[in-house]
Amino acid sequence: MKIEDALEIVSQTNPGMVRSHNEDSVAQELACGLVVLADGMGGYNAGEVASGIAVSVVATEVCQHLQDASPTDRDEASGEELGVALLRDNIQRANASIFHAAQSQPQYAGMGTTIVAGLFYDNRVVVGHVGDSRMYRLRGEVLETITRDHSLLQEQIDGGMISVEDARVSKNKNLVTRAVGIDAEVVPEIHVHDALVGDIYLLCSDGLNDMVEDEDIQSTLYAMQGNLPLAAEQLIQMANDNGGRDNVSVMLVKVNGKFAAPRGWLAKLLHWFKK
Amino acid sequence: MAAKLILSMDGVVLKEYPLSKERMTIGRKAHNDIVIDNLAVSGEHAAIITIQHDSFLEDLDSTNGLEVNGVATKKHFLQNNDLVEIGKYKLKYVNDQAGQVSPADFEKTMVLRAPVKEAAPGAEKGDATAGFMKMQVTPNAKPAAEAIEKTGKFDAHQPNPAVASPVVPQVVQPAVAASAPQAAVVQILTGPNAGKELELVKNLTTLGKPGVQVAVLTRRPHGYFITHVEGVNHPMVNGMSLGDQPHQLNDHDVIELAGVKMEFYFKG
Repeated sequence: MKIEDALEIVSQTNPGMVRSHNEDSVAQELACGLVVLADGMGGYNAGEVASGIAVSVVATEVCQHLQDASPTDRDEASGEELGVALLRDNIQRANASIFHAAQSQPQYAGMGTTIVAGLFYDNRVVVGHVGDSRMYRLRGEVLETITRDHSLLQEQIDGGMISVEDARVSKNKNLVTRAVGIDAEVVPEIHVHDALVGDIYLLCSDGLNDMVEDEDIQSTLYAMQGNLPLAAEQLIQMANDNGGRDNVSVMLVKVNGKFAAPRGWLAKLLHWFKK
Repeated sequence: MAAKLILSMDGVVLKEYPLSKERMTIGRKAHNDIVIDNLAVSGEHAAIITIQHDSFLEDLDSTNGLEVNGVATKKHFLQNNDLVEIGKYKLKYVNDQAGQVSPADFEKTMVLRAPVKEAAPGAEKGDATAGFMKMQVTPNAKPAAEAIEKTGKFDAHQPNPAVASPVVPQVVQPAVAASAPQAAVVQILTGPNAGKELELVKNLTTLGKPGVQVAVLTRRPHGYFITHVEGVNHPMVNGMSLGDQPHQLNDHDVIELAGVKMEFYFKG
C-alpha cells in the first residue's frame, strides 16, 4: 500500500487557557510519511520562532531529500539507513539554524525548542527527539511512551532518586536537559520501531502530558480510534478542562495498512527511470 | 527564598536552617550542617539533598532512625509542611516556593545547561547539574527493543495506583478532583442488561464497541457530554438524533444507542 493510503494523520494545536500565544509548531508531510512537533521556549516571540524553524527545516529538508531517494537506501556518509540519517542530520541542521539566529539577533538570544519527529516507511517508524516532547503508541489497548524525556525529572527517576509517583508532585517539572538551538551542537535520540496495522502514534507537547493523566490519554485514544479528529479535539479539551496552563499540541498517526518499501528489480528500474 | 527546616523541641522553636546547600547533614557531631547534640541522635544521622526546588531526606543508617509525619522512613521526598522527627526533636520542612512564583512563570520550560567544559572539574555550584549532563553526551547506540523495555510500560488493565490517585493536588497537578462535577449514573433500561447501572467514575466512558458503533460520555468540569464517535447510526437523546458535536446531558435524559435505551441521571 502506498504510504498516503496506509497512514491517517491529524494534528491540532491550541494556546491553552493561560498563555496568550502559542509557541508550539507542528508539520505533517503525508507523502513522505513525516510528522514533526516542536515546543519552543524563549522570551517574546522567540519560542515560536525557534519551534517554527525546527519544524520547517526538518519537514522540508527530509521530504526534499526523499523525492529522489528511498529512505531504505544506505547513507554514504554514515553507513546508516537513509531515513535514520536524514532525521538525525536535519534535527542537527535545525539546531544550527536556530543557534545562529539566536547568536546574530539579540531579540532571539537564548531561544530553543524541543522536538519530536516520526518518519514512517517500510512498516517501521524512525523516532527522533530532543527534550520533553513525547511520542506515545497505542497498540491494542496498551499505551506506551516510546520516547524518554530529556529532563531533570526523568534523569532523577532513572537514577532511582525519585519514584514515578513522587515525580508527579515534583516542583522540578519543565527543566529539560537537552534542547534544539541552545548550543552549537545537539545529539538527537533516534530509535527505530516496527509499526503495525492498527497502531496509533501520538506526538504531544508537555502541555498535554502535564495536564492529562496517561490513563485518560489511553481511554481517549482507545475509544476514539475510529475518529481521529475527534480524539485530537478531546485530548486538547481535557488539557484545557484541567487548567490548560501551557500550549498544547497533539498529532495522531494511525496505521491503516502495511506500507512496505518497494523492492525488487522492477521497483529499481522504475526508480531509475524517475531519475 | 530557599526551602528551610525549622528545628523545635516540645513545641519550642530552636533554630531555622535554610536549605542553601545541595547536601546538608543532620547529626550529633559538630561537623554536621544541622547539629543536634543529643545521645539519641547518631553522629551522622540523616542528609537532605536539594536539587533545584525539590528536597529529599535520607536516613544515613542511624541507630534510632527517623519518622516523617509519624511514619518511619529511610528515604523521603519532602513536601511542604512535612514533619521530620528524630527522637524528641522535630524538624518542619517549609517550601512555599510555588506560592511565590506566578504559575505561568513556573510552568515555563527551561533548559538546564551543563557548565562550560573548560570549567575546572568540581567547580562550585552546578555539581549536580554536571553529573546529570554527563548522561547527555552518551551516544545513543541502544537497540530500539531495549529502549522500549526501558520506557515505562503502561497497561490499561492494571492502572498504576499512582496514576489513578494523584497525591495532594499541587499547582502543577491537574485539578481533576477539584473540578469534577456531581456524580452521575447511566442505567440501562432495555435489552438483556436491563437494570444494570454504570457509574460514570472516569473522565471518559465508552458505550458500544470500537470498530462498530461507539459513543463516549465525557465528564467535564461543567457537566457530562455525549459524543458520537463512529458507526452509521448516531445515538439519540430523548428521541432526537445527535449531530457530530458533543451534547450536554441533563438529569433523566434517555439515551438510545444501537437499539438499547438507557437513562442518565445525577446521583444523590
